[in-house]
Amino acid sequence: MGAQSVEQAAAGPVEAPVEALVEARNLRKSYGALEAVRGIDVTVRRGEAFGFLGPNGAGKSSTMRMIAAVSPASGGSLRVLGMDPGAEGPAIRSRLGVCPQDNTLDSELTVRENLLVYGRFFGLSRAEVARRADELLRFVQLTDKAGSRVDDLSGGLKRRLTVARSLINNPELLILDEPTTGLDPQARHLLWDRLFRLKQQGTTLLLTTHYMDEAEQLCDRLVIIDEGVIVAEGSPAQLIRDHSSREVCELRFGVDDHAGVAARLHHLGERVEVLPDRVLVYAEDGEAVAAAVHEMGLSARSTLVRRSTLEDVFLRLTGRSLAD
Amino acid sequence: MSTATASRPPAPTGLVWRQFDHWRARWRRTWRGSAITNFVLPVLYLLAMGVGLGAYVDSGGARASLGGTDYLDFIAPGLLATAVMQNAVGASTWPVMGAIKWDKTYHAMIATPLRTRDILIGNLGLIAARLTLTAAVFWVVLVIFGVAVLPWAVLAVPAGVLVGLAHSTPLFAFAAWLERETGFMLFYRIGVVPMFLFSGAFFPVSQLPDPLEWLAQVMPLYHGVELVRGLTLGTPDLLADLGHVAYLALWCGVGFLLADRALARRLGG
Repeated sequence: MGAQSVEQAAAGPVEAPVEALVEARNLRKSYGALEAVRGIDVTVRRGEAFGFLGPNGAGKSSTMRMIAAVSPASGGSLRVLGMDPGAEGPAIRSRLGVCPQDNTLDSELTVRENLLVYGRFFGLSRAEVARRADELLRFVQLTDKAGSRVDDLSGGLKRRLTVARSLINNPELLILDEPTTGLDPQARHLLWDRLFRLKQQGTTLLLTTHYMDEAEQLCDRLVIIDEGVIVAEGSPAQLIRDHSSREVCELRFGVDDHAGVAARLHHLGERVEVLPDRVLVYAEDGEAVAAAVHEMGLSARSTLVRRSTLEDVFLRLTGRSLAD
Repeated sequence: MSTATASRPPAPTGLVWRQFDHWRARWRRTWRGSAITNFVLPVLYLLAMGVGLGAYVDSGGARASLGGTDYLDFIAPGLLATAVMQNAVGASTWPVMGAIKWDKTYHAMIATPLRTRDILIGNLGLIAARLTLTAAVFWVVLVIFGVAVLPWAVLAVPAGVLVGLAHSTPLFAFAAWLERETGFMLFYRIGVVPMFLFSGAFFPVSQLPDPLEWLAQVMPLYHGVELVRGLTLGTPDLLADLGHVAYLALWCGVGFLLADRALARRLGG
């Protein structure tokens, strides 16, 4: 990459590099009376992995569709790769890769054919597309399935094919909407590994997820989005530092009234959250909390001490858990 | 991984052709099967209705009201027109809804430089290819049965494709607008079946009561049947045929505009 840019600079005038690949200001999207996105500001820089974390229905997919230049914004401003999606949709889309939430594969065609015909939409020659297709099948480890019908693939394999397809035009910005939703743990880890490699190679990643572990694994920076607005922004570590304690002690008591028990625990930590099935005590030292609870003579049915996660940040900021 | 790949910037034209390999790959899976069906069905129809039923009709002295032709000659071209129409219905309803709702292949396509209009034109191109196959195979059957009178009869094939497209574009619009497939069932029962029976393929529409005759004449299929029959039997009425072509072209054009709007709304909301 480095050598290539030096060469280009020496060769003559080049386009000014767009360092902000996505710039949204007060971006809005309405469907009739429903306001799905209610004024968000986001800047995605070249080379980073940027995440939208939020529950289902938070406005993540609507935002992705606007950035992918397939759905017009209802208000605010949006620049993608320095261009206006409303006016230059095809030019923007030719440099994007999109991995949608539904796989949208052509079930009448084979695995390899899906890549071949898709590459042609970008104006690539047949030879180029064939070369890319084989390369990408290797990358997502689907080479031995090249001739299979898409219908015969498992969910994880279909997902990998969709990721491969989204890379056929060697995109500068790869948009992934819920990349691992519905996959088993093994399939998720394989996909994460591939996405991590892409990032290493310099591809900018923009992904939505409602899994906090996915956001922590993949994202350099993320926004937490809820009901169409951004409630926090930063790196996963920064967000946890800013909005949660270092550790959490999760306590399950054999009672219906967790709130009643929680009232007696407030002095043990910085903050106490009550969920339907457990109480969370946020503190620097979770083990100390667990010991103190035991000394108070309260017998928890189960006790778990863990580090704070983005899930806790989300709970803190919205009062709800991500799974709701 | 290679970094040499760069997709070419989209030219204002030429995006439609980028879909050629896609539609060809889909066509490859189905064309043999449809060619066989397209051949067997007309043969069965012509044997049963043209030859079998025709013997009764002709012995009953109906030639005059059929315009001086045998019953076989009368219904065979009409059946070509209705066969293309039915094929157009099949190609422009379920597959379109599938590409929007089930497989969502259109959604995959608009994530590329392609625009909804490119996709519409590309898909209509595939449909036109299918309709051409249907019309051409049927036409061969007409030649075998000795119905087609050359050279005019050659034009029955493009005329048949026009009849099909006049149904395809409005149905494409309908399919892109419709939320649930149950609408297709309803349309088939109250639209396609009556049109098939009463558009002049089996008997002259002048046999119908006046209001029904007028209704039949509003349907594009009636004009298709008249056009294809005149050309096939080598007895075109040029002025009337020009009218039929213009009327069918109007359905194509209006249908295209509606489909263009419906698809853009459905995919780009």
